[in-house]
Amino acid sequence: MTDVLAITEHRRDELRDVSLEMVTAGRDLADQTGGDLHLAVISGDVDDYADQANREGVDVIHTVEYGEEFNHDVYTQAIEQLYAELDPQYLLAPNSVNGLDYAPAVAEGLSLPLVTDVVDLEFEDGLTVTREQYGGKVETTIDVAEDHAAVTIRPAEWAQAEGDGDATIEAFDADIDEGQIQSTVTGYEEVAGGDVDISEADFLISIGRGIDEEANITLIESLVEATDATLSSSRPIVDNGWLPANRQVGQSGKVVTPDVYIAIGISGAVQHVAGMKGADTIVTINTDPNAPIWDLADYGIEDDLFEVVPALIEEFGGEVPDV
Amino acid sequence: MKILVTVKEVAEVEDEFEISGGDIAEQYLEYDLNEWDDYAVEEAVQISEEHDDVEVVTATIGPERAEETVRMALAKGADRAVRVWDDDVESASYLDVEAKAELLAAVVEEEDPDLVLTGVQASDESNGATGVTLAEKIGFEWAAVVNQLDLDIESGVATVHRELEGGVEELTEVESPAVLTIQSGINEPRYASLRGIRQAQSKPLDLKSLEDVGLDADVLESPLAQTDMYEPESEGDATVWSGDPEEEADQLAEFLRDKGVVEG
Ligand SMILES: Cc1cc2nc3c(=O)[nH]c(=O)nc-3n(C[C@H](O)[C@H](O)[C@H](O)COP(=O)(O)OP(=O)(O)OC[C@H]3O[C@@H](n4cnc5c(N)ncnc54)[C@H](O)[C@@H]3O)c2cc1C
Repeated sequence: MTDVLAITEHRRDELRDVSLEMVTAGRDLADQTGGDLHLAVISGDVDDYADQANREGVDVIHTVEYGEEFNHDVYTQAIEQLYAELDPQYLLAPNSVNGLDYAPAVAEGLSLPLVTDVVDLEFEDGLTVTREQYGGKVETTIDVAEDHAAVTIRPAEWAQAEGDGDATIEAFDADIDEGQIQSTVTGYEEVAGGDVDISEADFLISIGRGIDEEANITLIESLVEATDATLSSSRPIVDNGWLPANRQVGQSGKVVTPDVYIAIGISGAVQHVAGMKGADTIVTINTDPNAPIWDLADYGIEDDLFEVVPALIEEFGGEVPDV
Repeated sequence: MKILVTVKEVAEVEDEFEISGGDIAEQYLEYDLNEWDDYAVEEAVQISEEHDDVEVVTATIGPERAEETVRMALAKGADRAVRVWDDDVESASYLDVEAKAELLAAVVEEEDPDLVLTGVQASDESNGATGVTLAEKIGFEWAAVVNQLDLDIESGVATVHRELEGGVEELTEVESPAVLTIQSGINEPRYASLRGIRQAQSKPLDLKSLEDVGLDADVLESPLAQTDMYEPESEGDATVWSGDPEEEADQLAEFLRDKGVVEG
């Protein structure tokens, strides 16, 4: 009743990093509640995943052998049964695309309060979580008045657990009702290939929604040309069809690690940051001093890109287009 | 066939703002149709244009002000709208995911749609959980973060791509009735035409109270309480280049030359 149950995540033969981050978050929470940390590994080569997730701080790992890849109807059933068996206090899942495909259903099925995309967990008399709102401009704290809860944790907020563990590994015999499996994963597709690979570039100039209109992209293209940089973007630019998908930086795009990354008119949403936080030097040009991108920036200009970019192009002897 | 699309009016915050009484002070907020719902509406309208006899109904939880947003969805091609609101909802201390899903479930109960489309998340609260919670509540199948949808109306099977991390998409077949949470970029949302805007004025937009949808105020009670809102302490220590735009550009240019990333 004081235990924490965390659900690991894997995809196409790899345990995903967020699993080890959940070990850190889960251990910390279990220390506060005074309970054990249990992990669940569901589907695929569970023994291999269990080995990899067996880090310092994990008490028990439950393996559920069923199917190969993630299927939410399998996960939902397995987790609900495991929960009934273990009666943990808190259920942790990753706030990943797949986490959000089963955690809300599990919480609903088990009548647990649910809080998503949590960046901090504190336990005193009860659970208090911290999450962001309004695109990361503010944080809120939320008290959970019930003894049990389901929480999805934001990837890359906690460090990955290291040190080898000595958890007991137990096979859990979940009773999966195939009649309840009403969605079938038929395959995977890699997207965003093509001529340029932004993840190889040393110098990226990246453009976001601040550019306002498709026609204005020529302004950035001139800057890119004058500086011999590579052009990349945030998601809305690709969603709008202004640049091809292979230019997108972020969670669902590419992870980039250039020497210099200049983010122009990009707010720094968590899904964008996931793709560029490894850049050596980050520069922002943004009118909003409260935009979360400033948390990462090494240098910045708090001004209108339509004023600064033309001046920059001129600095490097380029042509300033009419926009 | 009937498609229900959930539509939320979201709050956007101005660059400079203040927090008072646990939320951002009203004068710093602007309201708009949630970006992800815009894509969901477009997807539903496109299905209705490709097939005969498809009705698109929007469902919104929101105050009277939200009608402007709802009319926008109607102008883009939805056929009619339901808005759930009353004094009890207005005074709820914290409208959590579960409560929202409960209200939307009551609308589903009345409307009996074959397909429900929601946005992946609302841009203000970013819970990202209402659609899947709703699916579980109403016993529909679901798929989260859908960025491609082919619906076979005869067989009721939706062939979808779910956008995972790192440029990988999962191909999945989902049996309807289903809830699909729609990802941005799935289509190109249209702008409302003048004609559309005019027509929207005469499309039905029904206001329903909790009682109208068969619920009582208990459903609003939440185990969650928001106890604080604050501006996060900046973790950054960015060097800010200041001056007029030429001076700012000059400092950035010098930095790039020093770094050796730009010659000349
Ligand atoms: C499942 C999922 C996956 C996602 N994956 C990705 C991803 O891979 N990559 C990604 O980028 N996003 C992704 N997103 C979207 C992400 O949440 C944000 O919506 C997006 O990153 C916002 O892009 P932006 O910063 O360009 O736009 P906004 O957030 O709108 O920011 C625009 C910025 O421009 C500034 N600005 C405006 N005008 C000017 C001006 N004249 N001069 C200077 N500055 C100006 C504004 O102050 C603001 O900070 C994903 C979302 C979800 C839910």
